[in-house]
This record gives sequence, C-alpha cells and structure tokens, in this order.
Amino acid sequence: MNVPIRRIAVVAMIMFLALLINVTQVAVFQAPGLNAHPMNRRARDAEFAQDRGPIFAGGQPIAESVQVDSRFAYQRTYPHGALYAPVTGYFSYDHASVGLEAAYTEELAGTASSLFVRRMVDMVTGRKPQGASVETTIVPSAQQLAAEQLGNRKGAVVALDADTGAVLAMVTHPSYDPNLIAGHDIAVADENYRQLADDPARPMANRAAREIYPPGSVFKLVTAAAALENGMEPGTEVDSPETMTLPNTNTQLGNSTNCGGTRVSIDKALQTSCNTAFANIGLELGDDALREQAAKFGVGSEPLPDLDAVASRFPDEVDDAQLAMSAIGQYEVATSPLQMAMIAAGIANDGVVMEPYVVNAVRAPNLQPLYTHQPREMPRAMTTQNARALQDMMVNVVEVGTGTNAQLSGVRVGGKTGTAQSAPERPPYAWFVAFGELDGRTVAVAVFIEEADIPRNDIAGGRLAAPIARALIQELLL
Amino acid sequence: MPDSVVVYRKRRNIELLMLLLAAGVGLACYTALHLNMSGALPANLPLVAAIWLILPVVLNIMVRWWLPYADPVFLPVVIALHGFGLVMIHRIDLINDPVTHDAERQLLWAVLGIMLFIMVLVLLRDHRPLQGFTYSLFLAGMGLMLLPLLPFIGTEIYGARIWISVGPFSFQPAEVAKVVLTLAFASYLVEKRDVLALAGKRILGIDLPRARDLGPILLMWAASLIVLVFQKDLGTSLLFFGLFVVMLYVSTERPGWAILGALLFIGGALAVYFMAEAGVDQFSHITRRFSSWLDPFSDFDGNRQVINAQFGLAWGGLLGTGLGMGRPGLTTFAKSDMIAAAIGEELGIVGLLAVIVLYGVIVARGLRTALAAKDDFGKLLAAGLSFTFALQVFIIIGGVTRLLPLTGLTTPFMSQGGSSLIANWVIIALLMVVSHHARKPVAVATSADLAGDTTQIVSRTSS
Repeated sequence: MNVPIRRIAVVAMIMFLALLINVTQVAVFQAPGLNAHPMNRRARDAEFAQDRGPIFAGGQPIAESVQVDSRFAYQRTYPHGALYAPVTGYFSYDHASVGLEAAYTEELAGTASSLFVRRMVDMVTGRKPQGASVETTIVPSAQQLAAEQLGNRKGAVVALDADTGAVLAMVTHPSYDPNLIAGHDIAVADENYRQLADDPARPMANRAAREIYPPGSVFKLVTAAAALENGMEPGTEVDSPETMTLPNTNTQLGNSTNCGGTRVSIDKALQTSCNTAFANIGLELGDDALREQAAKFGVGSEPLPDLDAVASRFPDEVDDAQLAMSAIGQYEVATSPLQMAMIAAGIANDGVVMEPYVVNAVRAPNLQPLYTHQPREMPRAMTTQNARALQDMMVNVVEVGTGTNAQLSGVRVGGKTGTAQSAPERPPYAWFVAFGELDGRTVAVAVFIEEADIPRNDIAGGRLAAPIARALIQELLL
Repeated sequence: MPDSVVVYRKRRNIELLMLLLAAGVGLACYTALHLNMSGALPANLPLVAAIWLILPVVLNIMVRWWLPYADPVFLPVVIALHGFGLVMIHRIDLINDPVTHDAERQLLWAVLGIMLFIMVLVLLRDHRPLQGFTYSLFLAGMGLMLLPLLPFIGTEIYGARIWISVGPFSFQPAEVAKVVLTLAFASYLVEKRDVLALAGKRILGIDLPRARDLGPILLMWAASLIVLVFQKDLGTSLLFFGLFVVMLYVSTERPGWAILGALLFIGGALAVYFMAEAGVDQFSHITRRFSSWLDPFSDFDGNRQVINAQFGLAWGGLLGTGLGMGRPGLTTFAKSDMIAAAIGEELGIVGLLAVIVLYGVIVARGLRTALAAKDDFGKLLAAGLSFTFALQVFIIIGGVTRLLPLTGLTTPFMSQGGSSLIANWVIIALLMVVSHHARKPVAVATSADLAGDTTQIVSRTSS
C-alpha cells in the first residue's frame, strides 16, 4: 500500500502548496487593492483616527488634529469653521474629503512616499506616526475682511498675488462649518452632511473656484485684450450705436449706460462698459481671436488642481449673433471668480498669468520642507506693451468710468465692473474685477455677487462689488 | 530478510523540549496580546502559565509511560496550534463589552481533549483490536453523520444543518463521525481490498472496478449527497466522500477507484449546483457560497464575511498588525470558521503561513506513520486520518483565503468549539498509537539464515 500512500502524500503536498501560494498572492497582489477599497472599514477607520498634520494660514492653524478620548483617537477640527471651508475642505468618515484635505491627504496623514524614511524611523522607535503640515498662501486678515465685506450676500471673493499667483483670499458665501461633517459621532455627521447637501442655498459649493457663471461686462477685458493683440489701439474708434440688431436675427442689443457717442474709442468703451462697441469689436475680430485670447488667460483649462477648480468656458462654435453676445460675456461664456482674478492678474503682471497656487510649502513634522512652491508662469497672454495699455484703460475705468467706487488714494487701482444675466426672471450677477499696485507689489481681486438685488446696469454692479475689492486691495497693499 | 533493522530512538526528551517551546510560544503570544491592548501584563499570567506548562509535561509523561516509541513531533505541533487558537479566541473575547469568556471555555475543552487523548493511550494502547468492529463502527459513524437531520435535536445554524443541540449544549457530530468512519472504512477495506481490487473493464488505460463491487462506494456517495442536500454543507460532504475514496484507493492500489469517486462527486455536486441555479430553494445556500467565492464584491452586504476576511488579510500584510492591534472582530465568526483570517490579520501572512506549515507537519508525520506501519489496518487508518486532516485544513483555510468556496468546517485545534477539538485529539491519539507500534523495535527471531551464508563450492571428484 506504500505506493498509493506516497501518491496521496503528493496530493496533500500540492494542497498545502496551493494554500501557501494563495495566501502569499493575496498579500502581494491583492492587498493594495483591498486596502484601498472604499468599503474597507479597517483602512477607513485607521485613516480617520490618524494624527493628521495641521493646515496653516499665516502661521495659524485652519485645520488641525486634536487628541480626544474616542474610538478614533484624533478629532479633526477647523478653528475658524466656515471661513476657510473653501480652502481646507473637510475630512469626514463617510463622505470622504474635499479641498486641501483631499489633495494633500497622503502628506497630512504621513503616508506619502516623501515621508517614507520618517515612517520607517517611527516604526523602529515606536513613535506614533505624525503627518506633515501644509502651509497655505491665504492671508488671514484678508480672508477675514473679504468674508466680512461680502457679508450675507451670496457670492465669492478671490484675491491673487499677481506677481506669483499665490491665492491670498478665497471666500465663498454661504459656506459651511467643516467641523459639522468631521465629527466622530458618525450618525450626527451624516445627518449634518445630508442637511448641507440638501440645502437649496448650496453652502458646500465653492463659488470661488468650482462654479462658473456668466461674467457679463468683466469679460470685456478679454475682448479688449484680443483687440489690442490684434493690432487695435486704445484710441481706435468703433461704432457704438444706442442699439444694434444682432446679425441674422431680430434681437436688439442695447446699452445700459451712456457710451458717450455713437463712435467711441476702445478706451472710452471700456470706461462706459459699452455693449454695442464691444459687440462690434468681437464681430470684427472673429470668434477664433476671442477664444484664443481667453485660452491664453486660462479659460478652458483647470487652474489650481489642489482645490479641484473647474475650467471656465468660451463656446466652441458660435454664429455672429452669438459671437457678439460672447464678446460682452453673455451667451455661453462662463467663468469662475478665480479665472476672472487670473485675467486681472495677468494684465497687471504685464501680460503673464502666474499659475495660481494655494499651498506654499509642505513640511515634515520636524519642520523640514518636503515641498516648496516655486512660482510658475503660464504662456504669455499679452505683450508687455499691450498689457500696460490695458492696465491704463482699467485705471481709467476706476478714475472716470463705471468703477469709481474702487478708488483708493495712493494706490494705482484698475478695474472693470460687470453685471450679467443668467435668466430674465432671476436677479443679475454683479461682478468687479480689479488690480491694485503699490511699490512694485500687485494684487488682483475678483468679486462676484450672485443674485444681487440691483438694477441691471454696470454702475449698480460697480456700486455693490467694487467697495469689497477696494477694501481687500487696501488690506493687502497698505 | 532486510539487511538491517531500523531501531527508532524514542526521543521523548526532545519532545519535552519542543513541547515547552511550543507552550512558550503560546504564552508569549498571550503576554504580547495584553501588553499591546492594555500596556500591562495579564493579571492571571502565573495561573495561565502554570496550566499551559503543566499540560505538556503531563502529556509527555503519559506518552513516555504508554507509547514510548510514538512520533515525538505530533504533540509539540498540536500544542503550538492550540496556543495560537486560544490566544486568538481570547483576543476576540476582549473586543466584546462586557468581555466574553469563550477562551476559558475553550481551555476547558482542551483539558477534556487531553484527558480523552490519555484515555485512548491507556485504554487502547493498540489500534488493532478496533478492526473487529467494522459494522458497528460504520453504523455509529453513519448515525452520527446524519444525526443533525433528526427533528428536534438537529439545528440549522446559518444555513447549514450540521449541529445537534440538547438543552444548552450544541455539538457537531460530523467531527466525531469523521474519526469513527475512518476506523470503520479502514477495517472494512483491509478485509475486502482483494475483492475490490479485482479489475473489471479497462477504459482509457484505467482499470475500472467490477460493477458488482460498486455497492459500498455508491452507498457512501449517497450518504455524502444526503449531507450535501439536506445538511446543506458542501465541506462536510466533500470531507466524508474524499476520505472514503482515498482510503479505497490506498487499500486497492487502483487509481480507477479514485477517478471514479472523484467523477461521482463532481457529477453530484454539479447536479446540485445546476438545480440551485435553476432555483430549487433547497440549494440557494450553495449558489450563494459559489457567487461569494467567485465575485464577492457583487453583493457587498451578502458576502460581508468573505470580504471582511480578505480585508483582514490585506490589512495584516506581511508581518501583521500585531496581536491586539488589528480589527479581527469585524469579520463574523472570527473565533470559529474565520480564525485563519484573524491569524492572518494580526500575525500577518508570515504567521498564517507558519500555521499552515504546522498543519503540513502533522499531515507529513501522519503519512510517514502510515508508510512505516507494519500492519495494513494501521497503514490504512493512519493514511485515512492524515488525509482527512489535510483535506479539512485545505477546505477551511482555502475557503477563508478564497482559494475555494467557503464552507463551515472547523480549523483543527484552533477554531472555537468542543466537538472538533475532542475529535482532533482522538485523531492525534490514534496516529500516535499507530506510530508507536510502527516504530517500536520488534523482537526479531534470530533464525539460522541459510540464504545469507557463503556458498561453498565443493568440487566434485570423479569417481
């Protein structure tokens, strides 16, 4: 009987070998996928209980982990609640995370490959692993001021350092308190999340970077830039009739302000925010020129990936009537406040848009920098000469045009007002885009107010939004 | 006559050393667990250490006394596995609030198992007399196997009807039936092997048995299918039938039996599977097991157990989270069916591989005993017991790690549950009895060996 016994011994050996190989392959090939599975409570709980590194703005924490006596050891807290929500985002158990909490989750949790050596040291020494800290470019006083200025009005404010692209302030209203969603009582956090998600005012929407709106007259900056880049001059005169019939339609386009004549210079047209003049410029340049100019300012690409900002839009195909409307920022043109701030910054920075960024540096727990941001230029949008000419035109808007509410003594301020309609029955959007320059420092600001209860003209938009921009420029430069 | 007679050394001192080492591993795990979970030594460490060190010494003394030549490797491996199992059950007890005391109960069962082991040693001492009870053992085994189907005492738990409960006690009779049937098969086959080995038709180079000899295999096949259909337990069914077929093959030395058996089982299982697919309610349990094996993530809530076991293994990674540092409690039945996943999570893939290898060592020593056994009954018994042990480990650990569909077999010496523990201690006792008789030096009658004498060539003288 020994022969069959030897044979079944081989069978038994194969069975054990199969077990050993299978267990090994689970560990080697399947473990990463299983650990990353969204339903894996082990991974999720461990991640949630991590001592995550803080997020700083101007040296003060805007998100930090505090040791608590709960089953998840560390509670993520946001000391300023809703104020920094569009930047920090939230870190939750059931609803993942957004904002910097999502973009830098590996660094904050200490699981990033850049922290590998430290993790090994922690493992050997038995020290609890700690995450890296993230330093933002936000200036707390400006952030605070922008929120106060915006007050109870739905909208957003973005301020950029035009020389570097650093985001100095990013405010959206209504906002939400991330602490509500980050709580350790998961049922309560879930309920809070549901309420916020169902709120018709959409408090979790980041209106500054993740929503796009018709820009209206502020888009005339792009049309003006295209005009200058295509050989026109600030003094070039264009037809600016009281009303005009859009090509091949019966639609009448009128002006909401007095253009100052039926034929005005581009400079004058910008000051008065003359619709018919810019519609004519658009018709003369063609849609390709406008689209190209918009793209050079960043329209169509996604800026600021750290905050998952959305791309602004210029329509792909337009007929002449649509082109005329697009030239004044209507029809299907839609931009985010961040994009508008980038356009102002590009003009103010002599034609070069700096890539916007919100994270200055990532530091290991021992403060050693793991990453430091180096300002990056986007491809030149305008020649220096044209950019300076457009700056002057914007300064004129503030000096003698629709944007006089933004005047600030001692600072060179240029701006552009805008009101835009989304639907006839809804209140218009009010915009103000500006730059301020003092002693070689330049900041750009975009203020956007949704559902502004104002008359549908630019002066009204300027009256509402320009003071916010002025206050912010003052705070940042003076 | 062989040239030399192998005289095995008893190696009882080595066994004691290995036993103490194995017990030490268990105690170290127990201590590490408490240090990890509460940062302090367990209050009852001296008591636990005393119990866990005295038991191996008692075992060693008993074996020295009654089975001095038995294989010295079995007991240390069993004690090591026992230690892992108890620590893991205790670890999962500690998750509960208030803390449960299943580990203490399991330790009690272990003591009972060890007492039974000693009883087998003392009362039996020789396996050969068991050969005389073929039919009573067979009837007893069949009865135990089918007992859960009886009304009132048979209980269906989580879809499988493999339990009986009397009052507060519940019991898995299949575990005991496994041992009893192995004994019955061994004695039956030793008696009938010559008849069964007679070849019938030869098809594709395989000698198939004669049709008139098919009776027993068909009977076992039917019994296995009854287990599969009415107890709804693929694992137990596979275990019994596999046991029978392998013993049939070993005794007759005809692969035809093994192939026929395998085909019969696969045919039966496929028929059941297709009936289940076709919507026969009786088998819905089995389709679920299959779909949770092939594609567990298609139904997350339904396959929570299998998926969580996988998550646990992945979470443990290569070296494990450390005892007390993982989340084995997230997997249902982490103490019983899924204990291998809990080991994998906290002791890592390395720990689980070590446990599998320990089982492999038991199987290897068991089959070695079968090879060395001097009598056919002992050979067959040892081979059968070792192979079922291997098959059981393969089915349950394979199920937990998703090599096979998961079925509710116990993990020998580790899973929570008394019936399995007691049955496995009896298996080890029987293997050691056989091994004692296999290794014991035989008194060789020194007869005059004429054949070995140098032949003298005597030249013939011519007359």
